[in-house]
Amino acid sequence: MATASIITANDVLTLPELALDGGQTLRDVKVAYETYGTLAADRGNAVLICHATTGDQHVASTNPRTGRPGWWDRMVGPGKPIDTSRFFVICANVLGGCMGSTGPSSLAPDGQPYGMRFPVITIRDMVRAQVALLDALGIERLHTIAGGSMGGMQALSLASSWPERAARVLVIAATGAMGAQNIAFQEVGRQAIMADPDWQGGAYYGTGKAPDAGLAVARMAAHITYLSETSLTEKFGRRLQDRTAKSFGFDADFQVESYLRHQGLSFTERFDANSYLYITRAMSYFDLAEEHQGRLADSFAGSPARFCVVSFDSDWLYPTAVSRRLVHALSAAGAPVSFVELSAPFGHDSFLLDVPALDRVVAGFLGQ
Amino acid sequence: MSGPLRPDLAIIAGHVAPGSRVLDVGCGDGTLLAALRDRQGCDARGMEIDAHNVAECVAKGLSVIQGDADKDLAFYPDDCVDYAILSQTLQTTHRPDKVLDELLRIGRRAFVSFPNFAHWRVRLSLLWDGRMPVTRLLPIAWYATPNIHHMTVTDFRSLAAEKGARVEQAWFLGGDREIGSTAANLRAEHAIFLLSR
Repeated sequence: MATASIITANDVLTLPELALDGGQTLRDVKVAYETYGTLAADRGNAVLICHATTGDQHVASTNPRTGRPGWWDRMVGPGKPIDTSRFFVICANVLGGCMGSTGPSSLAPDGQPYGMRFPVITIRDMVRAQVALLDALGIERLHTIAGGSMGGMQALSLASSWPERAARVLVIAATGAMGAQNIAFQEVGRQAIMADPDWQGGAYYGTGKAPDAGLAVARMAAHITYLSETSLTEKFGRRLQDRTAKSFGFDADFQVESYLRHQGLSFTERFDANSYLYITRAMSYFDLAEEHQGRLADSFAGSPARFCVVSFDSDWLYPTAVSRRLVHALSAAGAPVSFVELSAPFGHDSFLLDVPALDRVVAGFLGQ
Repeated sequence: MSGPLRPDLAIIAGHVAPGSRVLDVGCGDGTLLAALRDRQGCDARGMEIDAHNVAECVAKGLSVIQGDADKDLAFYPDDCVDYAILSQTLQTTHRPDKVLDELLRIGRRAFVSFPNFAHWRVRLSLLWDGRMPVTRLLPIAWYATPNIHHMTVTDFRSLAAEKGARVEQAWFLGGDREIGSTAANLRAEHAIFLLSR
């Protein structure tokens, strides 16, 4: 694959320990990451890309588990908006993940998988692990930190807690605090996993059984929230799947049902159910204003970074209103901020899909 | 790097103090902001309603927020800039009076430029043809124009007076050239005011 040739390094960093927001300390923490391009002599061209809930470090290289192109292959590469012939691009699997970074499926110091003994983590803990990675790579200040959805929350968390570490902060389809509707959807997903008898209190590793049915339902529900009514209607309408008439049963009669079942099932082949619990928990805990008596603007007081915030008109999961709230807070904090609501039909997933206007904004923001 | 500015923008740019903080409301593709930043070292920020224009601005390295002058100025803190600029936009807002209040709250000074509806060509068109005028500066028919609140130089002066704003300076354009202030309400196609609180 042409995309694989641009990887510069695929590596795992081991941190002796990592102190967490919850008060616990994790030992022997692994951070799996990929880099693309060359770090400039002045180390000023580093771009950290943060992935979304179920993403991974394979941002622009073939995913070894699925054989599919990297999740932001259209955005990252030579001559692309995040140009790897100019920038040194870093992407790490988040803490709590299941693609090589330490998470609930990793072995605890006693040699057994953590399972539910894994401490509850926060978005800032994920960022803390990535800041440690930047330290290890000798990068004091990023040219840009960028991310969509949960990746955007990580970018904001870095801007708030480590304001000197990034000159530019690009936040796409994200929020400064998870709202009730999003917390609610994620609770549905977690309950589906935990209601599956094969979940076994999270201690399913090595039992030959895993809560695949529960995880698949969680994914199906979440997947709907990533799309839009328009995109579902255009893609599927009321069309039937491989049949000419309704079955008067509970098969996947409709194409959209078949599609969702496939999405759910294939997700279980690449994702760990406990990771899903921990990562969505971290997201529901995310509220940048919490430590500032509810004043979001104070999270960015004195920030030296430039910000660019992007939303999509069809995204009902992280709608434009939450981006605007963030932008007003950044303005009130005196930060240089740009904001644009782009028109795209694909719902929340628009940030991953073919939206040329997003390419222009990203290239323009990084080009400064 | 950028070419010559539109005449009204050139006048505004020529009277913004170097190094000052500026908010251009309705900044379009960011031409004025880029000039203020590059030539005068201003901290230049903008608001613009059109997404394509915002993308253009971001590509120029400007900080521009997509927003609507009628709704989104409220979120800017008091006194956050030295100059608020509203060029060729006041006549497109729903409540020009409230927008003017916001401009003078956000900035200590405000530049406002607008097409003068009392220009003799506009008057002639109404008087002789009995039709809403379509002119060089007002090129779109009444039913499609974004200009929903036409005003005259005299109207603007009285609105400013009502608001207790001081007219620090005013410039008038006929064709693309600056003209004197004599009978400006009849002769000027275009007016630019510098107001202060």
